[in-house]
Amino acid sequence: MKEFKDKRVIQALLAEIEKKTRTLSSPIRIMEVCGTHTMTVHRYGLKNMIEETGVEMVSGPGCPVCITPNELHEAAIELVTQRENFILTTFGDMTRVPTEKGSLQTTVPAQNSLVDVVYSPEESLEKARLNPEKDVVFFGVGFETTIPAIIMTVKEAAEEGLANYSVLSALWLIPPPLKAIVDAKEIAIDGFLYPGHVSAIIGEKPYRFIAEEYGIPGAITGFEPSDMLLGILSTLEQIEEGKPKVTNAYSRVVRASGNPKALALMDEMLETKDAHWRGLGLIPQSGLRLKKNYASYDAEIKFSLKIKGGSGDLPGCRCGEVLRGLISPPQCPLFIGKCNPESPYGPCMVSFEGACLIFYKYHRAQKG
Amino acid sequence: MCLGIPAKVIQIDESKLGKVDYLGTKVKTNLSLLEDIKVGDWVIVHAGFAISVLDEEEAQETLSLLREIAASHQEDEK
Repeated sequence: MKEFKDKRVIQALLAEIEKKTRTLSSPIRIMEVCGTHTMTVHRYGLKNMIEETGVEMVSGPGCPVCITPNELHEAAIELVTQRENFILTTFGDMTRVPTEKGSLQTTVPAQNSLVDVVYSPEESLEKARLNPEKDVVFFGVGFETTIPAIIMTVKEAAEEGLANYSVLSALWLIPPPLKAIVDAKEIAIDGFLYPGHVSAIIGEKPYRFIAEEYGIPGAITGFEPSDMLLGILSTLEQIEEGKPKVTNAYSRVVRASGNPKALALMDEMLETKDAHWRGLGLIPQSGLRLKKNYASYDAEIKFSLKIKGGSGDLPGCRCGEVLRGLISPPQCPLFIGKCNPESPYGPCMVSFEGACLIFYKYHRAQKG
Repeated sequence: MCLGIPAKVIQIDESKLGKVDYLGTKVKTNLSLLEDIKVGDWVIVHAGFAISVLDEEEAQETLSLLREIAASHQEDEK
């Protein structure tokens, strides 16, 4: 499989891309939707190479830690600081997102309470099994890739009758923000690279409206350098032919209909809701919550949380514009100065999928 | 967050918990999101769950395409 990173293959693909862009009259702008795509583009030094072929790459909203609004982070902080005998578990990046109330990492938990970082939702469930005297809440964040894993733990807890486990949901769907970005008309996008692992769950169909209603091409794309370039090439072919559709450039992992078992589980346990995204505002039917028969595992209901607005983004943070593809991180005045990986001011500098952290790692020299 | 790692399934128990081999490291993995999974399959692992089985035929097809593009590029360069 070394071809996916092979220099000669990459150069050949870049040459093919350039051949295509030469035949097109205007410059092409493609959004890589997923933060893991952004990582590939920068880590392998592809950013400049791709731009030299005449394709501008912009980062999209595909960083769940970044788009989770502060109202949810603050609700998590409130839980662990006000409740005793309480364990709040979450993925590592989530603990460092700064809000007006501090972050989960800097906050002081109530007596006998703690914040625990987990790698898998299963670990959270295990903590609930091992600590029956404590309430364990998993602050579960993720797109369609992660959602089945999160709700599977709820299903297991329900089957075991485990009453001390619940989930604070930050569950997001990928197609609605893409529609929101296109509808906002703040930036013209000629094509999308759809996230490969989200697509492994949802398949091709949920993106079709982007081609059919908006006439914008796109390709489901994997995460090796050659995968990314194949995705770009497929998108350019669609532009050239004037036939926008959803192609699958990651067919070794993604089936057209997605993962039927995961989709059935989501359908059984979850319902959509209108949800607030950082930077994108309220997007209809873009979030998920547990259905009524699982309500006792929904931390928002179980602990009567009032999640309404919170104190909002920290003043001056331009993470929202980065997530909409409007600015590149070095255009933010706080980048590298007030906001850096040791002391992040916004979530895009926290998450390893956040565009600001990725730019910091690979392009510090570009600032100023 | 949507990072997925390809790994080989080496053990499956009745409750669909299993182990995968990732570059020589054996990692506990939940396989319950997949149908018809068997030892020896390659899967994409995300947050402790296998979310998709790698399709070898499709992988080979993509690899041939890449080799073809690289070969024709070399011809162009000559």
